[in-house]
Amino acid sequence: MPVRLYLNNVGKSFTMHLQGGSVIPVVENVDFSVEAGECVVLGGPSGAGKSSILKMIYGNYRCDEGQILVTVDDNIVNVAGAEPRDILKLRDDTIGYVSQFLRTIPRVSAEEVVAEPLIAQGTSETEGLETARALLSRLNVPERLWTLPPATFSGGEQQRVNIARGFIAHYPILLLDEPTASLDAANRAVVVRLVEEKKKQGVAMVGILHDQDVREEIADRIIDVTAFRSEAAA
Amino acid sequence: MSVFQSDDPLLQVRNVTRYYGDRVGCAEVSFDLWPGEVLAIVGESGSGKTTLLNCLSTRLAPTTGAIEYRMRDGSMRNLYQLSEAERRLLMRTDWGFVHQNAADGLRMNVSAGANVGERLMAVGDRHYGNIRSTADDWLGRVEIESDRIDDDPRSFSGGMRQRLQIARNLVTNPRLVFMDEPTGGLDVSVQARLLDLLRRLVADLGLSVVIVTHDLAVARLLSHRIMVMRQGNVIESGLTDQVLDDPREPYTQLLVSSILQV
Repeated sequence: MPVRLYLNNVGKSFTMHLQGGSVIPVVENVDFSVEAGECVVLGGPSGAGKSSILKMIYGNYRCDEGQILVTVDDNIVNVAGAEPRDILKLRDDTIGYVSQFLRTIPRVSAEEVVAEPLIAQGTSETEGLETARALLSRLNVPERLWTLPPATFSGGEQQRVNIARGFIAHYPILLLDEPTASLDAANRAVVVRLVEEKKKQGVAMVGILHDQDVREEIADRIIDVTAFRSEAAA
Repeated sequence: MSVFQSDDPLLQVRNVTRYYGDRVGCAEVSFDLWPGEVLAIVGESGSGKTTLLNCLSTRLAPTTGAIEYRMRDGSMRNLYQLSEAERRLLMRTDWGFVHQNAADGLRMNVSAGANVGERLMAVGDRHYGNIRSTADDWLGRVEIESDRIDDDPRSFSGGMRQRLQIARNLVTNPRLVFMDEPTGGLDVSVQARLLDLLRRLVADLGLSVVIVTHDLAVARLLSHRIMVMRQGNVIESGLTDQVLDDPREPYTQLLVSSILQV
């Protein structure tokens, strides 16, 4: 299968100016690739830099060293050196991010929150909302909540709204940031099925999954992030 | 340069500097603004945000530097080399300016409908029925009840005045809108409604926006890109969530860490 994503010698550290300019090394020499239809899970303890790697791929954190190469049709784009508007374009069409935390927008209903990424890819509003409702139903979000803004939902409900939002659109690359954390068994199984469907569609995935069972079910490969620990931090 | 997008910028700003006597208002500011892009300029009071906004919107001539704008015919024109008539036409049709204080952007002694209709008349519309129905339509889009069309804005609340000002600016289908602290001084609930309205309108109309705000939450919600200013200089810029989640400069880190968590 073709390679969709390649991290080439990626390195990252934080400089904390409010703490006297202390430098916190995160990772260095991160080097791996992900093929279409493959799910790679990042392993290692908290603080090893798993989330930072995911955020660099999404362009949310800056990448200090190396390249993050993404294939887009016949082009290869380096996220690490891309213009802001190129990163936004990648987020519309190429890279999706499923996180556990929903950033709510005042007055926007749950079904609209979920449908938005699909509508942004050109699907009609009617069809987008239909797909959103189907996904909310699969994730057991009660129907009476669909037309309400999620700001007042419980943590679990917000999380499932956000998972629906993350899975609804068609991205060749999908980043999973602990999508199953604190879900019950039934909903965990739904997420596992969603991931399997994405694999069949040829989506390349990178995930952080602490849940041992889910990890065993969906991971094709586990990459130990402690291997990328900065010398300075070791 | 963009790797895989080939459209042209709407606004090109190069080395814009404005002095007040020997004090610096803003110094050596350069950036491009693309169609449909929302750029937030953030920083504390006195950092040069409003000076820069006024230079961009031809309200204050820069001491040095160039600002070029892509006209509707596709040509790039230096804003400070336009004739006064061309400049006024641009400001009345292709541009909008939303002031922090709605009274600065509205005519307070004429009706809400006339405030919106006046911009249409300025671009040559003379049919009373059309003007009134377009005005009515726009009042609806900014959630002002149509039975308030004949009231003047002095009888409106702060939030309503701000929404009316937005309707007045958008009725001519501008391509570029400048906003100076559009939510400043409003209650949080009124602010949330206005932000949601702005977010939808900007996305639906594909507007390019330059918005000055000291509120990082407003910048995060509305903007694609952010420029952080301090003492007249742009000290950090980039993708909004990248600058706010991974700030690099000491001052940006201070700004981000000063946000109150609710």
